[in-house]
Amino acid sequence: MHYDERLDGPLPEVDKAALLARLQRALPDLRLLHRREDLTPYECDGLSAYRTVPMLVALPETLAQVQALMRIASEEGVPVVARGAGTGLSGGALPLEKGILLVMARFNRILEIDAEAGTARVQPGVRNLAISQAAAPYGLYYAPDPSSQIACSIGGNVAENAGGVHCLKYGLTVHNLLKLEIVTVDGECLTLGSDALDTPGFDLMALFTGSEGMLGIVTEITVKLLPAPPCAKVLLASFDSVENAGQAVADIIAAGVIPGGLEMMDNLALCAAEDFAHAGYPRDAAAILLCELDGVESDVDEDCQRVRAVMENAGATDIRQARDDAERQRFWAGRKAAFPAVGRISPDYYCMDGTIPKRELPKVLAGIEALSREYDLRVANVFHAGDGNMHPLILFDANDSDQLHRAEALGGRILELCVAVGGSITGEHGVGREKINQMCSQFDADEITCFHAVKAAFDPQRLLNPGKNIPTLNRCAEFGAMHIHRGELPFPELERF
Amino acid sequence: MGDQSEALLERVRAARAERRPLCPRGTGGKSHLGRPVDGEVLDTLGHSGVVHYDPSELVVTARAGTRVSELIATLAEQDQMLPFEPPLFGGDASVGGMVASGLAGPRRPWAGSVRDFVLGTRVITGEGQHLRFGGEVMKNVAGYDLSRLMAGSFGCLGLITEVSFKVLPRPRATRSLQLRLTGEQARDNILGWRRRGLPLSAACHGGGLLRIRLEGNQGSVDAAVAEIGGEPLEDAHYWEKLRDQRLPFFDGAKPLWRLSLPPATPVLDLPGALLSDWGGAQRWLKSDADTDTLRQLAASAGGSATRFSGEEPEDAPFQPLPAPLLRYHQTLKARLDPDRIFNPGRLYADL
Repeated sequence: MHYDERLDGPLPEVDKAALLARLQRALPDLRLLHRREDLTPYECDGLSAYRTVPMLVALPETLAQVQALMRIASEEGVPVVARGAGTGLSGGALPLEKGILLVMARFNRILEIDAEAGTARVQPGVRNLAISQAAAPYGLYYAPDPSSQIACSIGGNVAENAGGVHCLKYGLTVHNLLKLEIVTVDGECLTLGSDALDTPGFDLMALFTGSEGMLGIVTEITVKLLPAPPCAKVLLASFDSVENAGQAVADIIAAGVIPGGLEMMDNLALCAAEDFAHAGYPRDAAAILLCELDGVESDVDEDCQRVRAVMENAGATDIRQARDDAERQRFWAGRKAAFPAVGRISPDYYCMDGTIPKRELPKVLAGIEALSREYDLRVANVFHAGDGNMHPLILFDANDSDQLHRAEALGGRILELCVAVGGSITGEHGVGREKINQMCSQFDADEITCFHAVKAAFDPQRLLNPGKNIPTLNRCAEFGAMHIHRGELPFPELERF
Repeated sequence: MGDQSEALLERVRAARAERRPLCPRGTGGKSHLGRPVDGEVLDTLGHSGVVHYDPSELVVTARAGTRVSELIATLAEQDQMLPFEPPLFGGDASVGGMVASGLAGPRRPWAGSVRDFVLGTRVITGEGQHLRFGGEVMKNVAGYDLSRLMAGSFGCLGLITEVSFKVLPRPRATRSLQLRLTGEQARDNILGWRRRGLPLSAACHGGGLLRIRLEGNQGSVDAAVAEIGGEPLEDAHYWEKLRDQRLPFFDGAKPLWRLSLPPATPVLDLPGALLSDWGGAQRWLKSDADTDTLRQLAASAGGSATRFSGEEPEDAPFQPLPAPLLRYHQTLKARLDPDRIFNPGRLYADL
């Protein structure tokens, strides 16, 4: 999935040596990497199947450097791809051969924790978990917790509108931001949002969140901090069918309970996790649900009773409540280790990120099973059940090029199935480079044209992260045959990737 | 009643062909907000109805002309709600107006804003196309988030025809209290209660009284009442009256200003009568102080001042934007509404 100028639009020819000389002259203190051996470590992000060595890597440490770099890039017409910690799973930070990779990792300072206001002002390279750690002495934390939270940067979280396992109750990144400092494509500074709860004018902060580095460079972020819930309890329920587990999810919500976390794993995923993390999961269950309730203890106890009754009614074969915090951590350890655990039972896995209305779960799981047989690849299902975000993990061996192609094709089919039932191709990982073709399934040409209009308002030369997030109409015309027809692709025998 | 999107689309296309500005309008309860626009009223009330509601998905989709009172009643039948408590000025609002204005009621600091609960929209654009962004799922990061951009855009970027919202269960227990406290004491108490995670869902100080609402399960609400003390709130409809500006405070000829401030802002010496909602983050001021004074006061505290209502029209009711930010607003408007048919000038003279 290299940048394809025929489909993704022409990129300007730039003289690397001249550009490097100009940058070194203008910004003598800016750390620039330009030798092949220094550039190679940056050739991919968390989606390591896609690799491109960038022309140059810049590692700025000051706002002035970012501004000057953007000014020069604009004048020279050089594309710029911003990168945080590089943990993204959709290739959003995949470099360009003809572009600069702007690595924001050195913007790694927590500038201020305001315990009274419940806010933290941080630089974009700060790790997600580091914010909560810095806030912990005040009894506060930053709610969104993508599973990569040890490593992922808050700037990348903003770019992708990252989620995690607590989104149903605590929202996505966009719900937990107050203010963004931005450098525009031509080096100008903008403040979006404010320390107040609302700001006059258009909600550009919401527009920038999840825009995948296509509209501007985030240089500072003010996030909301929440008081840590005084109590959290978790129930582990076993089911002998995924349908029953799905019914339990709907019934819990219908009973007026909003769990802090509500996760489902199917048999393949839970067995892999059990072997890896020894979480105490029942290997004979078709599916398990992990339901965490948090808040004031009396409320949590009340809701635990309620959820237990609902699960029993939905046909749970076994329900266990973690007896103490150690067991609660163990129950979660299995879920949080699900991806690496699956990595142990297969040389490679490909993680999907579709979302669906929860009621469609049995149908979609049945569809995935049928596709799994059709492409002859195993699929383990991990599901943020509370918010409808599925993470089917396709097991394959990348050394076998046929398997790699089948995995990609199967992944595309799963996403199209999600769109066909009213869902989305991505819940939290972003479109990036990975799902650029599936965008043509979710949006029609007029909607994509409207996205291009938004892009043009902020980056008319399309220098910021070209080839990601929004496909060109040319690309959609080429892959237009992929439009779903009742979940079926036309000409399924043709290879498409 | 029903789907009139084709008719609305025709109106937009005609206006575009003749470059005639349109002023989308629902119940009209918020038509005093913003700058007056010289354009043709586009009544959306006919395009109404709840399109889809699945309580176990926590999602409802309604057409722009749907009365908010009707939507609230539909949700209440399933013990669910719009958590941001939209104001019903003059007794009602339309879904489109609710989203376009982005205004929220007393629960806002604890539950979130209108845009926080928008999942998807259908919009007729300035190109005369009926497009769909977002959807009916909680998590959706495909493409730019144009749905949430529509919230609070005052109809300047397109005609909202349909909106999907995340909804929440209504709290099982609610108690409201009043305490006799100064502004400083009220602020310190609210910050302390928030830090301790008490289930606050409204806090408004005025006239030497702090009024608060607690919502949650029975246990947490009872425990919080025991911890906080105070007396039961006398007026059972206080929060609705506050939300809809039906309290006596809002009467009188002096202009009404809205100051949006960081949540922990100290008590400020403001020229006029004050009602401090949202735990101090939204301060209503009845004042005939001059615009610049109030703007500077709000800006120096890190917030903004909006002239909400008054007898004389105000040329700049919203706090002016810094020049670069205004320029990007103008560029975005020009890209999405090239013929300037949607509420030109409603937010700012040059927008």
